[in-house]
Amino acid sequence: MIRVVLPHHLRNLAGVNGEVALRVDGPVTQRSVLDALEAEYPTLRGTIRDHGTGKRRAFLRFFASKQDLSHESPDALLPDAVADGAEPFVILGAIAGG
Amino acid sequence: MSGVRVLVGTRKGAFILTADGKREQWDVSGPHFAGWEIYHLKGSPADPNRLYASQSSGWFGQTMQRSDDGGVTWTPVGNEFTYDGVAGTHQWYDGTQHPWEFTRVWHLEPSLTDPDTVYAGVEDAALFRSTDGGLTWRELSGLRNHKSGPSWQPGAGGLGLHTILLDPNDLNRIFVAISAAGAFRSDDGGETWRPINRGLKSEYIPDPEAETGHCVHRIAMHPARPNTLFMQKHWDVMRSDDAGELWYEVSGNLPSDFGFPIHVHAHDPNTVYVVPIKSDSEHFPPEGKLRVYRSRTGGNEWEALTNGLPQSDCYVNVLRDAMAVDSLDECGVYFGTSGGQVYASADSGDHWAPIVRDLPAVMSVEVQTLP
Repeated sequence: MIRVVLPHHLRNLAGVNGEVALRVDGPVTQRSVLDALEAEYPTLRGTIRDHGTGKRRAFLRFFASKQDLSHESPDALLPDAVADGAEPFVILGAIAGG
Repeated sequence: MSGVRVLVGTRKGAFILTADGKREQWDVSGPHFAGWEIYHLKGSPADPNRLYASQSSGWFGQTMQRSDDGGVTWTPVGNEFTYDGVAGTHQWYDGTQHPWEFTRVWHLEPSLTDPDTVYAGVEDAALFRSTDGGLTWRELSGLRNHKSGPSWQPGAGGLGLHTILLDPNDLNRIFVAISAAGAFRSDDGGETWRPINRGLKSEYIPDPEAETGHCVHRIAMHPARPNTLFMQKHWDVMRSDDAGELWYEVSGNLPSDFGFPIHVHAHDPNTVYVVPIKSDSEHFPPEGKLRVYRSRTGGNEWEALTNGLPQSDCYVNVLRDAMAVDSLDECGVYFGTSGGQVYASADSGDHWAPIVRDLPAVMSVEVQTLP
């Protein structure tokens, strides 16, 4: 299972506490993880990626394994530690934005 | 016993203030959606327990919420606002053309008759409608596709559609206002639109009497007299007696005719309220005195209402959606400030008292009169 850490406000919106565990079939990428996340929690659609373009919202960041993956291709493979569930894929608000 | 429910949207959440018909003791609920900007929330006239809220954030964008129990519990509903067809462009601040981009919902206007139907005015300016309780939204694109659309330019706060008025006598008639495009009217349920800005004079645009381009801040209507409209423009308080065909100025003796909200008394279509603000750059009351001005003559002759309002060193603003009236026998008037106060008067504005003093900056105030 893929572990995802959501920011406080999105946990509230999705109605979850703590980390989210997702099953992802196929390559583990930003796109496949976010697709699985939005399928499980439809209220998050549009809050992480724009509805129309599918682009990451400007003031959100994606971290994993102590790296900022925000500017990586959405189809790039995420680190093995995320793919095997050892570490979470972290979605968080940038310092700016609120 | 009858009562009121005041719905307050702020920069960091929503608050619901309730009282019985005396409007002396208040219960404060909130913050709902803490940390989110709540541009507007409003109840359905057809079902007072049905509320809609616009919830947005610089981080997470736009989400929408619906309550079916008067704001006790909320459910996220649809947040996909997709412009119909090719979105096209409008004018940007520097005069170039800029793609139409959805940013947020500024204003929600529930149908007068159907709790599941609600209109949303959005930035960049467009009108959307949901007929399934907010689950899905469809643009009424005849407005944005008006031939003047490419010339629409944002005001300082963005290109927002902020006013939606539904005519109770003619369900096909809708009025909207856009900063800074002006006022528009549809007579066919929102399919086609035309500008209704004749009589407006705006010195900040190249042709002060142009068909569009006016920075209309707010329009108000009394349901018993829907052809009479009152407008607070960027500068000037205006009135029309023919559903917007022609406007004339009624600023009269106001200390400043700049301001944002305007509202009509619940029981007297000739009694109008505004909150004068010093200027477009000095967004605070003249002389540091927070005064609501009331006209009992449909404009031109205005009296200052000061009893209970700060009359020195007050430098707050009152935004366009932050004033409302209830419809109890003695009409209540309410407004919220950028300083987080919500003031109420239970006697048509003669006396005021704060319900709350220290909320986040208030963006909108709506009132429901409960049986």
